[in-house]
Amino acid sequence: MQALYAQLLVGLINGSFYALLSLGLAVIFGMLNIINFAHGALYMMGAFCAYFLLNLANIGYWPALIIAPVAVGIFGMILERTLLRWLTGLDHLYGLLLTFGLALIIQGIFQNYFGSSGLPYSIPDALKGGANLGFMYLPIYRGWVVVFSLVVCLLTWYLIERTRLGAYLRAATENPTLVRAFGINVPRMITLTYGLGVGLAALAGVLSAPINQVRPQMGADLIIVVFAVVVIGGMGSIMGSIITGFALGVIEGLTKYFYPEASNTVVFVLMVLVLLVKPTGLTGRAN
Amino acid sequence: MTVTTDNIIPVAARTVRDEMIAFGIMTVLLLIVPFTGIYPFFVMQALCFALLACAFNLLIGYGGLLSFGHAMFLGTAGYVSGHALKVWGLPPELGIVVGTLAAAGLAVITGLIAIRRQGIYFAMITLALSQLLYFIYLQTPFTHGEDGIQGIPQGYMFGFLNLSNPTVLYYVVLAGFLLGFLLIFRTINSPFGEVLKSIRENEPRAISLGYKTDHYKLLAFILSGTLAGFAGALKVFVAQNASLTDVHWTMSGEIVLMTLVGGLGTIFGPVVGAFVIIAMEQYLAGFGQWVTVIQGVVFVICVLAFRRGIVGEVAHFFRLSL
Repeated sequence: MQALYAQLLVGLINGSFYALLSLGLAVIFGMLNIINFAHGALYMMGAFCAYFLLNLANIGYWPALIIAPVAVGIFGMILERTLLRWLTGLDHLYGLLLTFGLALIIQGIFQNYFGSSGLPYSIPDALKGGANLGFMYLPIYRGWVVVFSLVVCLLTWYLIERTRLGAYLRAATENPTLVRAFGINVPRMITLTYGLGVGLAALAGVLSAPINQVRPQMGADLIIVVFAVVVIGGMGSIMGSIITGFALGVIEGLTKYFYPEASNTVVFVLMVLVLLVKPTGLTGRAN
Repeated sequence: MTVTTDNIIPVAARTVRDEMIAFGIMTVLLLIVPFTGIYPFFVMQALCFALLACAFNLLIGYGGLLSFGHAMFLGTAGYVSGHALKVWGLPPELGIVVGTLAAAGLAVITGLIAIRRQGIYFAMITLALSQLLYFIYLQTPFTHGEDGIQGIPQGYMFGFLNLSNPTVLYYVVLAGFLLGFLLIFRTINSPFGEVLKSIRENEPRAISLGYKTDHYKLLAFILSGTLAGFAGALKVFVAQNASLTDVHWTMSGEIVLMTLVGGLGTIFGPVVGAFVIIAMEQYLAGFGQWVTVIQGVVFVICVLAFRRGIVGEVAHFFRLSL
């Protein structure tokens, strides 16, 4: 039973990353109509940002949790302003191709300087150790990742679904021209939205740094799984992305316990099944 | 009907004339390669990728479907052909047939799943499916995991063509390439190709005209996957191995890049693109990881400033249709 709970916890952690990343993808897709292939590379940059802060400036985990997402978010906003903006009005597929190219550039540069091996990033002192819950041993850092990711996801949901800014954002997704006519600066909102989505990816990167080590390729394979998560959940609803992300993480964790050979493939197999039964995805609207 | 025919006939006649001339020039150039001292291995490799990119282009350029998983057909055909040649000891021609059929079967299955969504979702689904296959090939014994199938014998095609002779192999690969290319050329200029283009332009209208667009898309996907598999089976004789590299998503990305550089939706673009990218990789091999960065930069430049690609720009400038 111990092993089962341990795998469930790993599943929940992976689920947190799926949720944070697919949430960012959904928000970006809503506003920019672009599937951000560079999302995995930006997630990796978040982890590297935390690593640099610690090793070059001796800035620890807690400030990095804020600085890294903001820094990578600003980098994302620069990308949006200088490159992605030129794609307005073109077929969606060009956005995918452009961001794929960006992902190759970013990953290639990091791979050149840091190779393929992982760099260590230690758990902050306050979150070291573990707690015995009676039925299992819970490493505190892992529990923290799950709880913190969940809080961030729910805050993002609240921001988009329940605040005035979120209302503008949703309105601009539906009809940008009309929203502009009301005097709202839609291009600036697009830039900020991209920054927000990218910031969420970078945050996931910082959270994963002490668990998975910091590697240039850490985002490359992850992003493909997240794409499958997005296909399963559909990008129509924010809450849908969050729930699908966590649920698939848990299912993956259970597969690791019951049938480890399929743990790499279970998300893709589920994607196939969902496509056969409900092609629009679990929360997707027809269209 | 009369109105449509009036509009189309002059354009169509012109199209085919330009294309036939270009095809003649390309064939002659490729035929004389062994006499020019150009390294035949490079050209053979480029021809396999050219056919692969042409097959990919059939989907994106004429059907509007961006597949980000075409490496799965390349890799599957490679593994099956390699296994058939090495372990079952089949002759080369049957090895190619078996590998191509395997890719065709895979295309039927994955096509039925992938065409259920369009646009961006289609790209993500094909990518995820090829990743699924990647993990399967990583674990199944017959692919030999990280090592791949090594030292695949080339043998005698039809009993008398010695494929270990580079010149003979070159002409066999060239014949295979031309066969595949002409099949794609014929498809594009057929009524089927016209329907495919109409689906790309406006799918709801094609549906309203009574076309079962899903059937057309599935058929195009199967044709494209099968031809990509054929290219993969030919490549086995050139590289003499089949490995995980051929199934990886980076390979799918390279196929997209070749087609984009050469010109999406042009007939000769993928061929030019494949030669450019393969040559680039050869010349830049010493730069190691920087090749990836350069590929990324080429992607970005092509998307932002050069969307017609090399052949597309040339055709546009000289007002030709290529």
